[in-house]
Amino acid sequence: MPELLAVEDLSLGFRTDAGLARVLDGVNLAIQPGQIMGLVGESGCGKTTLARTVLGILPRHAALIERGRIRFERSDLLSADDTTLNDQVRGKAITFIPQDPFTSFNPVFPIGTQMMEIMRWKSPRRAQDGGHNTRARRAADRDAVLAMLDAVQLPQPRQVLAKYPHEVSGGQRQRLMIAMALLPEPRLVIADEPTTALDVTIQAQILKLLRRLATERGVAVLLTTHDLGTAYEICDAITVMYAGQEVEAAPTDAFFRHPAHPYTARLLASLPRADGKVLGIPGEVPNLLAPPAGCRFHPRCERAEPACSRSRPPVTLPGQGHAVRCYHPQA
Amino acid sequence: MRRLEMVLSRLAWFFPTMAGLIVIVFLISNVIPTDPVRIVAGENATPEQVAALRVKLGYDKPIAIQLLNHFRDVLSGNLGVSIYTQRPISEDLAKRLPATLELSITALSLAILLGIPLGVVSALRRNAWIDQVLRVISVSGLAIAAFWLAMELQFLFSMKLRVAPLNGRIDGFGPEPYTGFYVLDSLIGRDWESLGSALSHLALPALTLALPAAATILRFARAGVLEVINSNHVLYQRAMGIPPRLIVWKYVLRNALISTVTQIGLIFGVLLTNAVVIETVFDWPGLGSFAVQSILQSDHKAIIGFTIWTGGLIVVVNLLVDLLHSVIDPRGAR
Repeated sequence: MPELLAVEDLSLGFRTDAGLARVLDGVNLAIQPGQIMGLVGESGCGKTTLARTVLGILPRHAALIERGRIRFERSDLLSADDTTLNDQVRGKAITFIPQDPFTSFNPVFPIGTQMMEIMRWKSPRRAQDGGHNTRARRAADRDAVLAMLDAVQLPQPRQVLAKYPHEVSGGQRQRLMIAMALLPEPRLVIADEPTTALDVTIQAQILKLLRRLATERGVAVLLTTHDLGTAYEICDAITVMYAGQEVEAAPTDAFFRHPAHPYTARLLASLPRADGKVLGIPGEVPNLLAPPAGCRFHPRCERAEPACSRSRPPVTLPGQGHAVRCYHPQA
Repeated sequence: MRRLEMVLSRLAWFFPTMAGLIVIVFLISNVIPTDPVRIVAGENATPEQVAALRVKLGYDKPIAIQLLNHFRDVLSGNLGVSIYTQRPISEDLAKRLPATLELSITALSLAILLGIPLGVVSALRRNAWIDQVLRVISVSGLAIAAFWLAMELQFLFSMKLRVAPLNGRIDGFGPEPYTGFYVLDSLIGRDWESLGSALSHLALPALTLALPAAATILRFARAGVLEVINSNHVLYQRAMGIPPRLIVWKYVLRNALISTVTQIGLIFGVLLTNAVVIETVFDWPGLGSFAVQSILQSDHKAIIGFTIWTGGLIVVVNLLVDLLHSVIDPRGAR
């Protein structure tokens, strides 16, 4: 089966006053149609940058894409022109759920206005009437919005549309964001840490809702998170990133049963345990202005040997659908 | 309905604000080291005549009583008689108010129409050449003395190019007076000749007043856009493929206008201050040139009357600004 999204050997830097920060270094990532993929890593590992690169919303002057491809269905997103992407990809084939539902609504417009703005440009019914925003289409879109608000379990959908963003709770706002991400009937939803800003009690509800709705509709999800627990709960497969490099990708159960990369193993060991002990990873995240050569984890890795700092390990496949980039993977 | 509540509470503040203004203006006029009675009496008056006049005008009473009398007079709309024109001051002011309003409203509109789009462009093209050019122009706009700019414009457009009249408000007798606003009156009366003349006379003084105001608005609009352009809701709309132009001119602009609109009340105050000088340079028969005449004549009551009127005008404009603010930013009003 061909991948829905394939990021291939993507390298990208940000120009800063101190020089080029090498945020992504030869990253690979593949998502199958309908698959829920967790992109896991610490803050600053490049997962948000990768999500934004796929959407094509990086700061134009600061970001420098050095090499790589992003294939989505049959097209290369990096070489497509921006107008086409805006018309056919962003908000349509690929939609977005932001990290912070509090600040991702414009505070001075009613929720309904902002949802209908998305429908005006991204409604699945847009193609039917030659792109015109006719009265009949607006009515159909409005019905679709109300039905979707029902599907994300928002009480009193009509009243919610008339409200301003500050008048609804954070959990409700994130339900609205999920609704807006699904309304255009996309093939891929990019959810960038969608529950980080929410209360712990609500996080699980929102994630399960996202998983259920995406599965029902056959929509693939790229979920970035720093929380392995979250990824375990709802993802079909997991890709781990460290300092701008992907180190391991595997189906969720294989990932938790047989972690192959030393970083992944350390990450799993650092989860809080029943006996209350917390194991950290010695050393620090590298400076991206002058990152270590080869595998960027080698300065902190107990198995590192000279080869690790010379060149980046190629992909090896310890199991079905399981890929790891390490010279000495754990068996 | 919170908006109605807000309007009522702002209206309620109108009266104490005006009362405070009346008291302060009265006190200031009392510490100025000129004797209004001597000025009214004239240079040749004997000390006895001055003393008699002092009693007649009520300047012999204790300050508190004078203040009370002053209050009573102002509340009944009686601001006294101008020594210069020998007419009731309220009448003079009422006759001149439309001229000043016509000038300042035109200037403010011009400033908004120039300042906001240029501010947005400046923010979007941050640090590009157009931003730098606009920065130089707007900083100069703020730094240049209004009367100097006025005379330079007169020199260029009236004397060199001869495309605009040097001064005055209109040629001939002016249109049939319905409102006192010449542009409006000529439109109502379909008097096209007056309209052309009124507009050409309005152009230079309005431009002079508008430029510094536009510069201020430009700076605020630019800062407002920059504050919003990197916010999460803009990123979200970009990620969802909303056309960039729509994001800027519908969504970002609305946010940027919130801080800009609150400035307009202040800008209007500066506008009226500048109008005092500009009206004199352009011989514009408004409140400002009346104030200058009054000052030159030491026409005490006229100066007090002018100050109360313009103060009231600024209070009213600020009330309107608050209203506008509550329309643009629903967060405070609901």
